[in-house]
Amino acid sequence: MADDFEPEIIVFACHYCAYAAADLAGSMRLQYPSTIRMIKLPCTGKLEVIHLLRALEAGADGVYAAGCLEGECHYLKGNLWARKRVEHVKRLLPEVGLEPERVEMYNMSSAQGPEFARVATEFTERIKALGPNPLRRHGVSPHAAAREAARDVALPDEAPAGAAAPAPAAEAPAQAPTEKGPAA
Amino acid sequence: MITAERKPFDEILELVDGHKKILVAGCDTCVAICLTGGEKEAEILASELRMKAQADGREVEVEHTAAIRQCEWEYLDMIAAKVDEADVVLSMACGIGIQSMAEKFAPKLVVPAVNTNMLGMPQEHAVWLERCGACGECVIGETAGICPVVRCSKSLMNGPCGGSQDGKCEVTTPEKEDIDCAWHLIWERLKAQGREELMHKIRPPKDWSKSSSGGPRKMVKEEAKPV
Repeated sequence: MADDFEPEIIVFACHYCAYAAADLAGSMRLQYPSTIRMIKLPCTGKLEVIHLLRALEAGADGVYAAGCLEGECHYLKGNLWARKRVEHVKRLLPEVGLEPERVEMYNMSSAQGPEFARVATEFTERIKALGPNPLRRHGVSPHAAAREAARDVALPDEAPAGAAAPAPAAEAPAQAPTEKGPAA
Repeated sequence: MITAERKPFDEILELVDGHKKILVAGCDTCVAICLTGGEKEAEILASELRMKAQADGREVEVEHTAAIRQCEWEYLDMIAAKVDEADVVLSMACGIGIQSMAEKFAPKLVVPAVNTNMLGMPQEHAVWLERCGACGECVIGETAGICPVVRCSKSLMNGPCGGSQDGKCEVTTPEKEDIDCAWHLIWERLKAQGREELMHKIRPPKDWSKSSSGGPRKMVKEEAKPV
């Protein structure tokens, strides 16, 4: 394995916990690897088996779901459903020639910025030890593929404060409001 | 509903071995409801097949589609274009749907990705229990609405047998633990209905010629045939 292997890891993050924990980790100036690419879900219960498979098929070196602590799901059991689906994918992967360790389920609260950073670091180390996904193809973006596969369930990323809103389509009557409202 | 389970992945690989263009065809009726062969499961299988081919260094195109019902000609027209492009169709429908595909698109190679296993009732989410054997001569009017053909391990028409213990069947395997004795259930419900005398009725041997033992069955409803 090349020492300079920088994995590309897709994270399906729950809006209520892991996504907020990532925000907190940033505010706390915590260091974690730049290997992870986030896709925000309203709840990890929206995560389907095909979303994990699509990310791996497109060449993601690893994929994990990060949901609320068990018993703390905003929708009661979404994170438990996600764990079952991740475990199902773990059973499928050896059949197609991939290591089951390339997928994982983690739980954390929105207040656990350090845990978010620890998980990102731990999973990155795991994937570095496994090596690149053998299905990786030149010119294919795993993050774009995973986002496309989850297009019906993923939430838009929150734009950084002050970022310009996307230009509205010419025929659109008015600018579509973003989650936080139009940029000032 | 008709229920089915996906075949082991290795068996599926053997069935499509050597083919370059594979169409995984789901069916969005019974097998979708039993979470085995709907469009969602077809997409998962297609993804797995693509990954396996790529990991093995084989060039294979795998697409997926789903018919609303594979067992009816009209719905097959809607996926005909995709079928035409494929070398082999991997059908995830029940045995009826797979054969409809094979007949409609003959001589196109159509192979099964699932094992059709029963006419089952969803007892709870993701759990199905066999409830009907399509025997062609229903007896549950006399057995308190409980089918002795499929729910009694021996399909006894005059039960229970000596293997009934505390309401449980003597047949026990790791997959079939705790089978309720159908005739115990029948007795309990007949009692609740005040129809215990039906338990003493001697039923003659069942006419299995009306089941699949009598050869392929055919049903015609003359009053509904097009004029």
